[in-house]
Amino acid sequence: MAKVPVQFTLNGSEKAEFVDSGTTLLHALRDKIGDTSPKGGCHQGTCGACSVIIDGELRLSCLTLAETCNGVAITTTAGLSEAGVLHPLQRAFLEAFATQCGFCTPGMIMAAKVLLDHTPNPSRDEVVEALSGNICRCTGYEPIIQAVLTAARSNSQNAA
Amino acid sequence: MALALQTFATVKDANAALKAAGTRYLGGGTLVIRAANEGDVSVSGFVRSTEPSLSTIAVAGGKVRIGASVTMSTISRHADLGALAKAARAVGGPAVRNMATIGGNLFAPAPYGDFAVALLALDAIVGTDDGEAPIEIFLANRYGSAIVTSVSFALPKADSFRFLKVSRVKPKGVSVLSIASVLELAPDGTVSSARIALGCMADRPMRAKSAENALIGQSLTKDGIASALAAVNDGTSPATDPIASAWYRNEVLPVHLGRLLLG
Repeated sequence: MAKVPVQFTLNGSEKAEFVDSGTTLLHALRDKIGDTSPKGGCHQGTCGACSVIIDGELRLSCLTLAETCNGVAITTTAGLSEAGVLHPLQRAFLEAFATQCGFCTPGMIMAAKVLLDHTPNPSRDEVVEALSGNICRCTGYEPIIQAVLTAARSNSQNAA
Repeated sequence: MALALQTFATVKDANAALKAAGTRYLGGGTLVIRAANEGDVSVSGFVRSTEPSLSTIAVAGGKVRIGASVTMSTISRHADLGALAKAARAVGGPAVRNMATIGGNLFAPAPYGDFAVALLALDAIVGTDDGEAPIEIFLANRYGSAIVTSVSFALPKADSFRFLKVSRVKPKGVSVLSIASVLELAPDGTVSSARIALGCMADRPMRAKSAENALIGQSLTKDGIASALAAVNDGTSPATDPIASAWYRNEVLPVHLGRLLLG
């Protein structure tokens, strides 16, 4: 099968690869580029574990073809920490015990990041709505919701 | 194995490529990539078009034309489409809404396709390169059609459009059923015209025409809507699936129509 070029920015770094036409972004990120933070859960758009941020919008990398992403800016959970310092969302997830098996965590953090980028002080209902496309089978969701609210408060305090 | 994608600048060229057996049109990917990932061997490749008109929304003279590639999240945020925001937000979670298109929703089988239910109540016109068709006729022959290019409808008057989605998982679950209605009231408060569309109550979104007829001349009170509730199951043939049984869907349909009409 013919290879097609794919070029985009991943967590601030330019990436260029040749992939088989029809390759999903999830497969390209994990198996070609080596960013394994997006997880392949259901491959059906149901679990949200593969969520990434493309040009500021939450997307499902398992349902996105890599060759449709030329020229875009992609953010994954692997790109959130800076110089070894965890992002406030990552820290809040750790401290609130919002991670158990950890499989859903990168997708949850992506969904939460998009929320906080647009709505720095969300209500609980807004957090629940923002996470509604992401499934967790361990935590019962409440620690995750609390972690996002904690990260929002932390951001507000830092900005004050 | 990856399935090759062909991208065309025009819908006309994409339609020509779509004639190849096993080729599917790629909109937002939430249906066809899902099918391919699931191992649907009938899918042999993807076709898409980047024609700009597919991604535009034009509002003029009380009417709207929405390009088929416009996403649910774009509709939910559009200043002139506030009446439809609830129906657009009923589709999937945030990531799905950023990808799922209005054109694709017309092809989403039950228990999906909640926005198509809204479009049916709005009496939308579906556009393709082959011409335009009323949505009810389009839905009856939707598989095998030319690529959908647009959906057009008259913007509903304030408060005349209502939408309700019933799901077991909150806030976002797959539909047990969905209902959309466009009601116009006479000066005395009685219903002068009614369009009611049902989702998950047949193999495609359907009009509840017996209930619509029963509402004409009635007021939106418990007594006034009683005959419409009694008639709303006429012609339904819902599926039994992991979300709900056909029996359950038929049992709860009048309850939820009542809530929609009295709400």
